[in-house]
Amino acid sequence: MSSTFETVANIIAETCDIPRDTIKPESHAIDDLGIDSLDFLDIAFAIDKAFGIKLPLEQWTQEVNDGKATTEQYFVLNNLCARIDGLVAAKGA
Amino acid sequence: MRIEYFQLIDRITALNLADHTIKTEALVPTTSTIFEGHFPGYPLMPGVLLIESMAQTAGWLIVAERRFESMPFLASLKEVKLRTFVTPGSQLSLSANLVHDGSGFAVTKAEGRFEDKIICDATITFRIMPFPNAQFRTSMQQVAERLAFPMEAIGNG
Repeated sequence: MSSTFETVANIIAETCDIPRDTIKPESHAIDDLGIDSLDFLDIAFAIDKAFGIKLPLEQWTQEVNDGKATTEQYFVLNNLCARIDGLVAAKGA
Repeated sequence: MRIEYFQLIDRITALNLADHTIKTEALVPTTSTIFEGHFPGYPLMPGVLLIESMAQTAGWLIVAERRFESMPFLASLKEVKLRTFVTPGSQLSLSANLVHDGSGFAVTKAEGRFEDKIICDATITFRIMPFPNAQFRTSMQQVAERLAFPMEAIGNG
């Protein structure tokens, strides 16, 4: 998890020009860091490449829009990193 | 090239879903009101239309990849280069390849050539969304037919 967070935080810092030290595991990508949907496409692209996965953004967005999930479940960074770890593990299974 | 309808591609000349590549052709018209203003006495194809030509080429690749189930919308451009002037009457060859097929987005690289010389290139990102209505999807299929979109390529892909 810690290395996943480091990778994701560095991607966010570089992609969105956000000071690295302001990016915390408990940060909400949208509410705390102010990342908009367009910037998040760049972040998703970089995460997909870095981890060899495909973040299921369409599914997540649908679940949030349908009220089946909250944005915190996907966009608080420690939650996001846990989901990345899960996708990486599933890929290797 | 139907500039007045913002339909800049004339024909899809190759589509390969195994390689995730597409090639198109576009003839810059010899006359257009656009050239009366851009520029008087020195007509040039506007750079934004060259970019749009690349985006439409890459966009058709994504339409093919998604089998007409969803529509790409231009989201961002990176590393755009407009390398030389393009004048009325130029026959352009465009191509694109898929760099990354994400969830709800795609990243492509595209380029345009005139007489085998690269005139423009860019990295283009699209948001991909369901067609907002059936009429839109149908109209895209009609345009595809006009462009000689190789339907067999997506049937066998």
